[in-house]
Amino acid sequence: MTEIQAGAGVAGEATPDQVPAIELDEVVKEYVSHGEVVQAVKGVSMTIGEGEFFSLLGPSGCGKTTSMRMIAGFEEPTKGVVRLHGQDVTNVPPNKRDVNMVFQSYALFPHMNVWDNVAFGLKRKKVPDGEVRRRVGEMLEIVDLVGREKRRPREMSGGQQQRVALARALVNRPRALLLDEPLGALDLKLRQHMQIELKRIQREVGITFVYVTHDQSEALTMSDRIAVMNDGLVEQLAGPREIYERPATKFVAGFIGTSNLLSGVARAVNGSSAVLALGPEDRVIVPIKEAVAEGDTVELTVRPEKIMISTERPEGDLSMVEGTVSEVVYLGTYNSYAVALAGGAEITVFQQNVHDSTTTAERGDTVWLSWQPQHSYALQ
Amino acid sequence: MSRVRAALTPYALIFPGGVWLAIFFVVPTVVMLSLSLQSGNVADGFVFTWNWQSYVDGLTNYHDQIIRSLAYGLAATLIQIVIGFPVAYWIAFKGGRHKSVYLFLLLLPFLVSFVLRTISWQFLLSDNGMLLGPLKDLGLLPHDFRVLATPYAVIGGLAYNFLPFMVLPMYVALERIDPRVLEAANDLYANKFQTFIRVVFPLSLPGVFAGVLMTFVPATSDYVNASVLGGTNTTMIGNVIQNQYLVTQDYPTASALSFTLMALLLIGIFAYAKALGTEDVLEVAAR
Ligand SMILES: Nc1ncnc2c1ncn2[C@@H]1O[C@H](COP(=O)(O)OP(=O)(O)O)[C@@H](O)[C@H]1O
Ligand SMILES: [Mg+2]
Repeated sequence: MTEIQAGAGVAGEATPDQVPAIELDEVVKEYVSHGEVVQAVKGVSMTIGEGEFFSLLGPSGCGKTTSMRMIAGFEEPTKGVVRLHGQDVTNVPPNKRDVNMVFQSYALFPHMNVWDNVAFGLKRKKVPDGEVRRRVGEMLEIVDLVGREKRRPREMSGGQQQRVALARALVNRPRALLLDEPLGALDLKLRQHMQIELKRIQREVGITFVYVTHDQSEALTMSDRIAVMNDGLVEQLAGPREIYERPATKFVAGFIGTSNLLSGVARAVNGSSAVLALGPEDRVIVPIKEAVAEGDTVELTVRPEKIMISTERPEGDLSMVEGTVSEVVYLGTYNSYAVALAGGAEITVFQQNVHDSTTTAERGDTVWLSWQPQHSYALQ
Repeated sequence: MSRVRAALTPYALIFPGGVWLAIFFVVPTVVMLSLSLQSGNVADGFVFTWNWQSYVDGLTNYHDQIIRSLAYGLAATLIQIVIGFPVAYWIAFKGGRHKSVYLFLLLLPFLVSFVLRTISWQFLLSDNGMLLGPLKDLGLLPHDFRVLATPYAVIGGLAYNFLPFMVLPMYVALERIDPRVLEAANDLYANKFQTFIRVVFPLSLPGVFAGVLMTFVPATSDYVNASVLGGTNTTMIGNVIQNQYLVTQDYPTASALSFTLMALLLIGIFAYAKALGTEDVLEVAAR
């Protein structure tokens, strides 16, 4: 969360820049379909800072598009308030809002060439002709489409159409740019290229980006902050590192990367950590945030790359569990082990190929898994 | 073997349609062209004599009817655009889940025979019929007021009878517009009116174009509306041709007039396509 303040000027000074670019305040959106009320967004609050690259991440149907469409003005919230730069715009139509949207399907004007597509917004805003020419030209340079001004959208590749859509929105210098899964239709290579391009363009123009995606790696690599959404609610709102390292909920732990879920009864609680009972020889220590009483069941998560695998019971203040290897997969840069615990849980372990290509254990071996207690998190 | 078959497949597929066109279009057209250049009469038979006189006679005697047909066709087409566009627009954008119901309702009257429908209009609009009669009795209209036998009746009939052929292509074009594109316009500071003028209307033009083609041509060459709803001063070229064939039995003149009409319509269509900036008429119609 410190990242947002970074570009916002000296702390304590009430510059206009410190007014958040976008605020959603307890926003609810209900649809009526086939006589039934569907809550697409169930009460979402978030504050997006000026110049921030902010992602809405979550599985299909979790309400990302609906949230974004309320920011753009295509949908009116059933409840709650939308503010842009401190101004309540909850009932302001899209053409009166200073944000622009890049649609998933691009939604270019099929009857206009690239130039006219990009110039559309400026012309509606009655920007003088000379300035329209200059700004459209500049923008086409930024998105690398110089020389293709006369092309129609259908004469261009997906990646080029994508850049036209981006240019068409950015040329208006909106206070914020909304992108709804903008790279979803591109193949992997082009998508990775465009991710870098988008980051570069965002740095260059310094505009707030709100980026909707269901691709966790995309969100992790590009964003300053991420709101992980599930079923119409925000599960966690934090920077990528925090989201990955310290998932707040079971859902986040499961949705972002690979993670292991374990649960056990708290045997001893001392202030900031709890010792869980798993197998007789096992010892699992987990930091806790909320009050946990002895006898409570605690769920914890630990990432596969944080776990060490050994044939001997390790020494030291580590959490450790015993299990049987049920699968070993060689993946080049690392080996992946699946280890079955006595209680039935299965743990995935990634082991970097540091030394040579031999593995520590084979299928059927009994092994010890261990990790630093601070690498595991109790889930809410 | 399979290469040969693959090469022959397209020809095999167009064969039935090709035969159909050859028998029912090419053959009659050639026969008609030949007829238009023959001379003689029904009693003694016709002989091919390169007799261009039929064309000259047709144009000198009936240029009024030709011009009237083009004018009526044009008027009917314009009326259909004005009436049809809002209908197509409404069904495409406001029809919701019941679009096909509305389209069906639009087509419903047209399941009745063309001629019967026109005769019904004659009945409805007759001088003392169910529409005008009561109005005249109430003194709202003068007693000699009439709709039948006026150009209005004929143009109205034409506009009514070909309306679905205008609405359907317009509907298809409008329905194909991605709603996201309209949202994009709205997002880029265009209000509803600007969105309509800059985006919806231009994108509907291929449909309007196809609709104009499909209604102007049959309306211009129609004879049913003029003969059922019209009078002596509303005769169209279709009536003249019908009369020449069936009453006067002057086949060369009838054929020559048919060809003249066909040529005029073709010239009109290509000029129209040119004006819209497209060389290929069919490409536009198919878009
Ligand atoms: N116009 C609508 N009418 C009815 N239900 C809708 C509408 N738009 C979205 N929904 C529902 O709201 C939920 C969230 O949708 P959406 O915001 O599009 O999710 P996402 O973009 O995260 O995939 C889904 O269950 C979807 O079916
Ligand atoms: Mg979506």
